[in-house]
Amino acid sequence: MELTKTKNDREVMIRMINIHKSFGDVHVLEGVNLNVYRGEVIAVIGPSGSGKSTLLRCINKLELINEGAIEIEGTIIESVNMPDYPVASNQQVKASLGKTGMVFQNFNLFPHMTALQNVIEAPIHVKKIKKEEAIALGKRQLDRVGLSDKYDAYPSKLSGGQKQRVAIARALAMSPDVILFDEPTSALDPELIGEVLDVIKKLAEERMTMIVVTHEMSFAKEISDRVIFMDNRNIVADSPPDEFFNNQEHPRIKAFLEKMLSNKN
Amino acid sequence: MPLGFFDYIAENMPLILNGLKFTVKLWVIVVVVMLPLSTLCAIAKVSGPKWLRKILNVYTWIFRGSPLILQLYLAYFGLPYLGIVLEPMTVVITVFILCVVAYQTEIVRGGILSTDKGQYEACKALGMSYGQTMLRVVIPQTVRKILPQTCSEVIVAFKDTCLVSAIGLGDLLRSARELVIGDLRVDAFAVVLVFYLLVSSILVLVFNKLEKKYSVYV
Repeated sequence: MELTKTKNDREVMIRMINIHKSFGDVHVLEGVNLNVYRGEVIAVIGPSGSGKSTLLRCINKLELINEGAIEIEGTIIESVNMPDYPVASNQQVKASLGKTGMVFQNFNLFPHMTALQNVIEAPIHVKKIKKEEAIALGKRQLDRVGLSDKYDAYPSKLSGGQKQRVAIARALAMSPDVILFDEPTSALDPELIGEVLDVIKKLAEERMTMIVVTHEMSFAKEISDRVIFMDNRNIVADSPPDEFFNNQEHPRIKAFLEKMLSNKN
Repeated sequence: MPLGFFDYIAENMPLILNGLKFTVKLWVIVVVVMLPLSTLCAIAKVSGPKWLRKILNVYTWIFRGSPLILQLYLAYFGLPYLGIVLEPMTVVITVFILCVVAYQTEIVRGGILSTDKGQYEACKALGMSYGQTMLRVVIPQTVRKILPQTCSEVIVAFKDTCLVSAIGLGDLLRSARELVIGDLRVDAFAVVLVFYLLVSSILVLVFNKLEKKYSVYV
């Protein structure tokens, strides 16, 4: 990949090597390679069915790959038919997976728990943090996403935008090194998208490493360091947003962008 | 001159209450064992090893597919032929539990299966183990979903206790029937009807309360 040339001096955080993934007979990813550097914000865009979400979900093993290797912070967490990349011990894999956080399109909050309980659940039961400490931590994270007044609200009483912000706080409470966003605003009413994007923007300013699968072109343009365009089971473009949106030569991408922009109006 | 209804019932109340005591005792034991055991069986059926799932499938097939009274007959009159002689109460409790757990297991399993896939994914993304996922996230949500059906199941279990009279144990209905046959008057039936309805009503009230409590987050 040409990109690695210019960024050799930076720490690679996630390395995906020759990733193949299929569901039954349907190939979804065909030999994808991707490096993510620490502190980078990557926007993944592309038509439906191009494998964007699957690529993201492979990183934290929500989907298991059919071939290839995935490395997180130097630990190989998964390797199939890649003898040069031996998988680390179960313990190391678990620790590295713990460095990833995820935010889903449909929030996937625990409906029987309040906002605060949602946020402190994993710190208490996975990280074994003391309850009082976890509560303080949970409140800090909810404050961070602007929900200081919603600690005790159940998800059913929250708007979509608030739910998604709780979900972001829940991911942040595990102090991840990278957060994977799977279409975080696709299930939201248009007027609620802004509040979620603002939170993600704030995280970008704090140099949180993030991979964001999104259909929000203006958002991708504004916050990402790199735009990745996926089509036909692979990455077809990987460039800085300015170049990607303003000097696009690729006819397929041009058509896609025009369609996305016309949908907006 | 025969006794009036109330005098007659008052005179025979100890016998009826004895029957009620037995019925409630049997039922409480059955329900207390049923709830946790059916949850474990349901989890095993959803995610247990294949051999265990197979055994549980055969088990639910047999106990849901045959009448409870036949199961009681076979256990009580059949087991001695195999050299197994048990106390009638032991037989009754065991068969009852096996039967109601077979039904309740399927109810809990349905509840578990209806849990959104995203809940499991969120747990996995947060690093929770399968045990934590079930115990902390899936089962608590399942409880609310299956409360109405569980209420029915608990009421059915209460009413079905009357089948134990088939193997000679004195439950509420049997005590009334003895009075009816012995005295040639049906007053006692009316009284046990009231008792059955009374206990069922209490159950429904309790479950309504539970449903309300579990609905705070809906």
